[in-house]
Amino acid sequence: MALSLIISNIKKSYKDKKVLDGCSFSFEQSGVYVLMGPNGSGKSTLLRICALLESPDDGEIIYYEDGKVVENNLNLRRRITLLLPNIGIFNTTVFKNVAYGLKIRGMNKGEIKERVEKALDFVGLLHKKKQNALSLSSGEAKRMGIARAIVLEPEFLFLDEPTASVDQENTEIIENIITQLKQRLNSIIIMATHDYQSAKRTGDILLFLEKGKLTRTSVCSESPFQLLQGML
Amino acid sequence: MNSILESFKQAFYLILHLDRELLEIILLSLKVSGTALAIATLTGFPAGALLGLKNFFGRNAIITLLNTFMGLPPVVVGLFLYLLLSRSGPLGFLSLLYTPSAMIIAQSILAFPIVAAITHSSIVKVNPTVKLAAKTLGATPFQIALTMIRETRYGIMAGVCAALGRVMAEVGAILIVGGNIAGYTRVMTTTIALETDKGNFELAMALGIILLCISFIINIILFSIQKKGTKESSQWL
Repeated sequence: MALSLIISNIKKSYKDKKVLDGCSFSFEQSGVYVLMGPNGSGKSTLLRICALLESPDDGEIIYYEDGKVVENNLNLRRRITLLLPNIGIFNTTVFKNVAYGLKIRGMNKGEIKERVEKALDFVGLLHKKKQNALSLSSGEAKRMGIARAIVLEPEFLFLDEPTASVDQENTEIIENIITQLKQRLNSIIIMATHDYQSAKRTGDILLFLEKGKLTRTSVCSESPFQLLQGML
Repeated sequence: MNSILESFKQAFYLILHLDRELLEIILLSLKVSGTALAIATLTGFPAGALLGLKNFFGRNAIITLLNTFMGLPPVVVGLFLYLLLSRSGPLGFLSLLYTPSAMIIAQSILAFPIVAAITHSSIVKVNPTVKLAAKTLGATPFQIALTMIRETRYGIMAGVCAALGRVMAEVGAILIVGGNIAGYTRVMTTTIALETDKGNFELAMALGIILLCISFIINIILFSIQKKGTKESSQWL
């Protein structure tokens, strides 16, 4: 059984501002879930909470496997990953950036090299592996961020605005990567965006976040059976 | 004017012929300053890293204190250390006064706040997204700390260079605790002060030129490190 996630009545406030006010959903089937909503609606906050980077003020984030609750520890955190909107580039080469997650897991050099090169080839950046990652364009940096995440073969991949501040050419490349990822990885991909066209092109299930609540869902592609299936 | 030119001529003669006395003074200077810098780096770097990475009670007070101590007057350090190490002082039993060890301690005290404060300020300036990115990729708190330190390597190196510049040029503290004993605790800066007092400008000038050369080399290193760091950090924008 694959890893699944249930979020239940998530609430989060920053100072006096209520960002999330009772979000509930169940992410069980593999595919691309697109989280939409206006700026400041709490998409990034929800992703960070789901990726176990932040704790909610109230509510529960529970990962399940084989019907059992998976303990929230480093092992679980290493099975999921989040691509940040600003990536968080390390001041080193593209190769070492992508290798980082594998290196900290203690993988041997040969396997790291093989997996990193495969991931860089997948996002079309293999020719830039020796370049300092800080010198990449914003579109290339996003692609490198995707490579850095997928090289870990996460069971849950959170993408926070993967096509924001990116030119049309790179947007198309990134969307294509996400579409291919869907087929390649048997994972759950949850993507936050406010680009409806992009959401339609890449997503399977569309979630709307308004006034701190996941208010409605609709299907992006031709999979109507998935409509509202995940709602608690 | 003629005496200045004559001093320069004599100084270059001494440098070119590497007078034994001159060589000993230079080597002792490098030994004392190098050891002091190593101690200051080994203690100041972890202290600065701790201040940059952890939040704890009294942290802000320590940071303010460190920043203040960056401009610590060497004579005050010398005086304080003299009182501690003198025969009647609390550490008098160690018999360290007027030894190279006392000079190393004095210079370490002067260099420590520079290394610690610059390490701290370099770490807190790291883009917070980098820390978060390391966490998203599954890093443990220790691995995150190592990543942050690695990101600040140019800032920390610049701090070490700045501390070296400080100890190499220092005279007040080592004169008080070292005593400027010929062949034992006499270093470049104390010799310059002494020989100038005696009117022996040749040796003073020769040492001054060597000191300037060392300082020049340090500044070239510092500049190139900062330039590299600036070039890379500008790519964040």
